[in-house]
Amino acid sequence: MADTQGIYILAEIGEAEKPTAVTLELIGLGRDLASRLGERVSTLVLGAGVREAAQELALYGPDEVLFLDDPALSRYDPELYVGALVPFLESRPPRVLLAGHTSLGQDLFPRLAFSLDCGLVTDCVALEVDGGDILLTRPIYGGNAIATQKVGTSKVMATVRARVGEAPQPSSAAAVTPLETAVPASSRLSLKEREVLQSRECPLEEAPVVVSGGRGMGGEDGFAQLTEIAGILSGAVGASRPPVDSGWAASTCQVGITGKVVAPDIYIAVAISGSTQHLSGMGESGKIVAINKDPDAYIFKVADYGVVGDWRQVLPSFSAALREIMQE
Amino acid sequence: MAINIIVCAKQVPDPEGPPSSFEINAEERRVTARGIPPVINPFDENALEAAIRIKETSGANITLLSLGKGLSKAVILKAVAAGADASLLVDAEALDAALLDPFATARLLAAAIGKAGPFDLILCGRQAADTNAGMVGLGLAQLLGIPAITLAQKVEIADGRVVVERVLPDGYEVVEAPLPALVTVSGEVGDLRYPSLQAIKAGKALPQTVLGLADLGVEPAGLGRVETVRLTAPSRERRCTLVEGDTPEEAGRKLAQLLRQEKVI
Ligand SMILES: Cc1cc2nc3c(=O)[nH]c(=O)nc-3n(C[C@H](O)[C@H](O)[C@H](O)COP(=O)(O)OP(=O)(O)OC[C@H]3O[C@@H](n4cnc5c(N)ncnc54)[C@H](O)[C@@H]3O)c2cc1C
Repeated sequence: MADTQGIYILAEIGEAEKPTAVTLELIGLGRDLASRLGERVSTLVLGAGVREAAQELALYGPDEVLFLDDPALSRYDPELYVGALVPFLESRPPRVLLAGHTSLGQDLFPRLAFSLDCGLVTDCVALEVDGGDILLTRPIYGGNAIATQKVGTSKVMATVRARVGEAPQPSSAAAVTPLETAVPASSRLSLKEREVLQSRECPLEEAPVVVSGGRGMGGEDGFAQLTEIAGILSGAVGASRPPVDSGWAASTCQVGITGKVVAPDIYIAVAISGSTQHLSGMGESGKIVAINKDPDAYIFKVADYGVVGDWRQVLPSFSAALREIMQE
Repeated sequence: MAINIIVCAKQVPDPEGPPSSFEINAEERRVTARGIPPVINPFDENALEAAIRIKETSGANITLLSLGKGLSKAVILKAVAAGADASLLVDAEALDAALLDPFATARLLAAAIGKAGPFDLILCGRQAADTNAGMVGLGLAQLLGIPAITLAQKVEIADGRVVVERVLPDGYEVVEAPLPALVTVSGEVGDLRYPSLQAIKAGKALPQTVLGLADLGVEPAGLGRVETVRLTAPSRERRCTLVEGDTPEEAGRKLAQLLRQEKVI
């Protein structure tokens, strides 16, 4: 074990060249781990034009920020990332390497883990230190069971869900240095067009409030009301799978095991029954509010607040009252 | 020209079964499914559907590859009959299920693929509905040294390359790779078609190879990297405050007021 050292966080840069929320949360988690294990926290950031973002990251409490700024990295190409990171991680083997359980983390980390022959646990909802071990907790069977796992290699990799860690307050800046590694000259993949269907202004995964509709919304009109409520609460609109399958909501809105995993402060579920597949995408939310006309709907078992009723009658007054309250 | 496609399919307990059907054995750190049938992992069904569409448009020989314990003949047959040409089963009956983590599974599948003859494309589901790890497909590609593209919503073959529409959080992108390659498939591809009764009958006659672990020439012990140390039931249930009113409109208003009162908003 002596040859591995440090907690490494793979940062992601989002809108306006800012680190994403999950990146900052990971730095918070990394700090906790580091203090328990007597390690340092390093943040890795790769991309094109990421110097400023690296400076910004340095404010959030890592001991160092290592950046790789290369025009070839303007879009995520896993082969270039793996090619650049593997030699570096082999020369400085980390004790722990974390990424968000994001689109990038899910694609990159299994590749890295197999290249480095390093144990990886994906989709973690908790990390703890137990003696010399790092225990990683994740839902399995679509959320019907919770497994705590450990890896048998001296390096530990994990992808962690949003809102598991707490973002640190910005403080004094850490050292920012270039990452000593080379981006491969070519990739077997060629990236062609990219089609953006959803504005990234309020990504569902990062929204503090998510207002979701289910099959019982019956059509697009209902979703217009949810959009209004989301607007009042500065949140985003989500959906269970049936509205997405029926085309009432964009596929980018789907919450659940095959959609997005969210854990906002407030999750409002309207006309959603509460299937396991849906719950595993939002069960970790701060407060859950349910509106459903069926008093026996399972969603009421997992909610904190609820109204039994038809959304057509409940939502307009709910929305009007929210508007008043938020304007106070 | 017809290409050779291998579709990796895992048998899992029906993920839409009610929560009570997933019995948690904390002592043995195992989940036992009660009263629900085994099915092919829905994402692997999506992968098979993607393969069948390639077969329809540009021709393909499809081999369904499944590794596991207690593989159900009926489940495999239904999948094969939907449009595969052959099946290759790896019977892992002898193996302790705890050893079958994503690392071991990928290595065993890589060994099985070594026995399957030449291939051009491997399709896997984006993740299994039981373990939900999403690692085996990518691991397999890494072990075989072939390029991999994840989260396909559409897979096509053009000029000896695989062209994939890859789902992104805010849309999709088109990514190409030379063959041989591996692609993991997402639900957006669409459901696997139902085989006709006739196809099911014909499916019984399709070539099937069954290998034991010994045939793979790999010792499974020591391949795993991840161990489950604790298994618990989810503590999902919360105490719900139901807001009532003389009318639904009043209940809606009171809900908003309660949320403010409790400082939720
Ligand atoms: C592999 C797999 C992956 C899946 N992935 C996902 C996923 O990621 N996300 C997901 O959500 N699902 C997923 N599903 C589907 C999931 O199993 C459920 O079918 C789905 O979540 C049900 O959605 P729902 O609650 O909107 O619909 P239903 O279960 O049909 O519930 C509709 C609810 O609306 C209520 N209702 C109806 N009319 C009104 C009204 N006027 N006012 C108030 N309430 C009303 C009803 O009482 C009912 O409770 C997946 C399934 C599988 C097999």
